[in-house]
Amino acid sequence: MNHKAGTVRRPYVRPMQGWWRRDPFFVRYMVREVTAVAVALYALILMGGVVCLAQGVLAWNLWLAAMRSPWSLLLHGVLLYAMFVHAKSWFEIMPKTMPMMFVGGQRVAGSTITRCGWAATALVSVGVLGLACWWAVR
Amino acid sequence: MRKRSNAPVFWLLFGAGGMLSALFGMALVFITGIVVPLGVEPYGDLMSYSRMVRFAQNWLGKGFIFAIVALFAWHAAHRIYHSLHDLGVHTGALAKLACYGGALVVTAVTAIALLSVGF
Repeated sequence: MNHKAGTVRRPYVRPMQGWWRRDPFFVRYMVREVTAVAVALYALILMGGVVCLAQGVLAWNLWLAAMRSPWSLLLHGVLLYAMFVHAKSWFEIMPKTMPMMFVGGQRVAGSTITRCGWAATALVSVGVLGLACWWAVR
Repeated sequence: MRKRSNAPVFWLLFGAGGMLSALFGMALVFITGIVVPLGVEPYGDLMSYSRMVRFAQNWLGKGFIFAIVALFAWHAAHRIYHSLHDLGVHTGALAKLACYGGALVVTAVTAIALLSVGF
């Protein structure tokens, strides 16, 4: 495109406003990118918790009380869903971002890599919940 | 010699944070944001002050908290920075500073708080 000053020609420029709503593929792309906002929010919430923990028992209990508010519960429901969307898209993209893997001379299929990712997340989730349970009851 | 790009560093932090949040994100949000606040047994008292201080004082717990918070922040900062272009925002030094600077502040604040919890 030629946008030099003083040019008389005014070429048609396709408007890009709302471009991502034109195609379900782009919508999925934007939803995937928006999960970053959820990840950022959760990092900030945890950071707030760590700061409160460092301040002492009073501050920590205030943070815990804030976490019990209905708004916080609602937000964490949304965050949980966003984390799921993030994990789903992350493992779907993983076969494309990873270097090619070969087992016995055969290229490992993308769907296998995606399934391995989900298996790892399932394992980690059960492990974290189990470890927390063990720690809570002991 | 050409100046080396710093992009791989940000990309690496983005990837590490993305992987960590894909693996741990759901379980952690579920525990800290839903199960513990609702008092679902046996997790009702899991995040009591004494328990959490002991967790944050343990080097493994400290490392875990730091890795989760910092890498989540760097992952989000990188992705948000690159999405600004898609939303029609022309990114420049200021947007870069806001995104990566934000992640840096989160990293520093978390590190200082974790250190002041003690060992």
